[in-house]
Amino acid sequence: MPKLIKQDTICSDDWLAADAASDQVAQHHFPTLPQWRAATGRTLRTVQLQPGDVVAELADALDTLDIIAVDFPVLTDGRGFSYARDLRERGYRGELRATGHFMPDQVHYLRRCGFDAFQPADDSRIEEYLRQSRVFSEQYQASVDQPLPLFRRREAQAG
Amino acid sequence: MYIYDQYDQRIVDERVAQFRDQTRRYLAGELSDAEFLPLRLQNGLYVQRLAPMLRIAVPYGLLSSAQVRKLAHITRHYDKGYAHVSTRQNIQLNWPVLEEVPDILAELASVQMHAIQTSGNCIRNTTTDQFAGVAADEREDPRPWCEIIRQWSTLHPEFAFLPRKFKIAVCASEQDRAAIHAHDIGVELLPNAAGELGFKVLVGGGLGRTPVIGSVVCEWLEKRHLLTYLEAILRVYNQHGRRDNKYKARIKILVKAMGVEAFRDAVEAEWAQLRDGPSTLTEDEVARAKSFFTSPPYADIDGKDAGEALAARAAADPIFGNWLTRNTHPHRVPGYRAVTISLKATGIAPGDITDRQLDLLADLADSYSFGELRTTHQQNMVLADVEETALYSLWQRLQKAGLATANIGYLTDLICCPGGDYCSLANAKSIPVAEAIQARFEDLDYLYDLGPLELNISGCMNACGHHHIGHIGILGVDKKGAEFYQVSLGGSQSKDAAIGKILGPSFSQDAIPDVVENLLATFVSLRQGDETFLQTYNRVGIEPFKERVYAKAD
Repeated sequence: MPKLIKQDTICSDDWLAADAASDQVAQHHFPTLPQWRAATGRTLRTVQLQPGDVVAELADALDTLDIIAVDFPVLTDGRGFSYARDLRERGYRGELRATGHFMPDQVHYLRRCGFDAFQPADDSRIEEYLRQSRVFSEQYQASVDQPLPLFRRREAQAG
Repeated sequence: MYIYDQYDQRIVDERVAQFRDQTRRYLAGELSDAEFLPLRLQNGLYVQRLAPMLRIAVPYGLLSSAQVRKLAHITRHYDKGYAHVSTRQNIQLNWPVLEEVPDILAELASVQMHAIQTSGNCIRNTTTDQFAGVAADEREDPRPWCEIIRQWSTLHPEFAFLPRKFKIAVCASEQDRAAIHAHDIGVELLPNAAGELGFKVLVGGGLGRTPVIGSVVCEWLEKRHLLTYLEAILRVYNQHGRRDNKYKARIKILVKAMGVEAFRDAVEAEWAQLRDGPSTLTEDEVARAKSFFTSPPYADIDGKDAGEALAARAAADPIFGNWLTRNTHPHRVPGYRAVTISLKATGIAPGDITDRQLDLLADLADSYSFGELRTTHQQNMVLADVEETALYSLWQRLQKAGLATANIGYLTDLICCPGGDYCSLANAKSIPVAEAIQARFEDLDYLYDLGPLELNISGCMNACGHHHIGHIGILGVDKKGAEFYQVSLGGSQSKDAAIGKILGPSFSQDAIPDVVENLLATFVSLRQGDETFLQTYNRVGIEPFKERVYAKAD
């Protein structure tokens, strides 16, 4: 079973990447957005987004989803960072899982954008992903895990 | 200037530790080249033709004398004794060793400096007017806003893997000295109808292979919304900018493709989600940022007396007079001037400065200018607060160090990228072209007679030398493996921003000084009264220049 990080611990589960070539959702595979859309009555409780998918399509189905996976086909395609923040700002509370070809040194930023599960395509370095997840103890911007920007926290401290 | 508190220092220190670990893992084979690439770029480290190049951030061009001394030490200890001022007001080292870069970053952190996001597909160093805070035509000091943008953009989690690099410039004066029309985002502090200052926001300007002048995306924005609005623009760009072709990945291409109205609608839709959220600026935060940029303790000087004494001095020593006219800029406080130190002496690569010169400038800053120095996007340095009575002795000390070339704003004060001598992206060398032009036009009287003239040289389409906005632009091109140079005319970086027009077929390197001489001779023969090169060009067009330059030699 593929390894992943959840709640700062290494674990494994049986979810596999979506199979876009198929009309059917194979067992243990995340459905793609088109497969999710085609399923009737919002019976599918997971979906995997690809860069280019329109996040807003999920807007009024967020509480029917347990896992939204956001795929990173290459480590330099940063669209998924914005997708994650968008989903969290729209009120999504379920698991937000980064999948694919991101690298350990991106986990810190991914976490700040709202991801809480990390499933790299190559799980042989999974400890490194965990080790790199909290390399900074301070940050300037507002983010999902720290909704107040530093300037507001500085003020709170001073006031 | 801005002083780090415990939070700023911790962020920079943790960044140094992170990069030390990344370098170690790369050298140990635990990070691949493809993985290390964006990581080192976001710490300013390029792999160049001969060695890595490290670009050190100089936020909006401001340096303390202690920082300049540290830079002198670093160039001496880790490099070959000279540094280079870039067109983004940053400082570049050409010969660092990868293994030592973490130590260099640690040295920088000890004086509140870093190399964060000086390269890579992320938000780069925010630039502004080199005369910020002292210019007579300023509406408000832009530096507090630059610092607010710096903090917001530093290690922003959402925007570290953009389609392409992203550059922001801020202007707060009548005359635009920050080239805001040529930036991904240009911000101008402007009053609205009620007289309240806010931001006009331009988007999608840029140079490179598709030069574009920025479009207005917001006519006037209340100050407190600055960060949420910038965030909305970046969010639209991050999600919709092209990623399939790096030459079409800048925001200017997205704005063109969508049309500015549709782009604005998309920004407004994102902004609706962010507006009035926690990133909305507070009065306290703006006051805190402003508190770092207060006036130094200026002496109370009778400006008229000082001016007359200075005029007498200039009349008695015309060489000083030349320097005074060309290399000093009016100051908002009577009895003071801003001094530009030319890094454009003939025979030295434009923007280069030695460790000893850096040490000297740090001393001069302490003696003459409240301990501060600035870098300019024209690749010079500035002492912004010099008493007029001290100018003569300052000039004498600069002259001894080869730093008093009286050419600011004239032909030989040219902008030039490192080019093919250093840069692996370049199609052609640029420094020898700059030197050949400087050597040909050494006669200062002739230069002054030509009037203000901007000549910009880039070694490739990436346009680091800003050739598109030079009155005369020179671009290195590759023609079947040989280095050639394309010439353009009529570019401008000020409020009348314009992209230069290509003159015609390109030239060999040897021919360039003759080409420039022909262009200048054409200008001189057609010039009316005191017209500048650009004014004459705008009146007569490109044809007379073309005819003369491409005339058959029969």
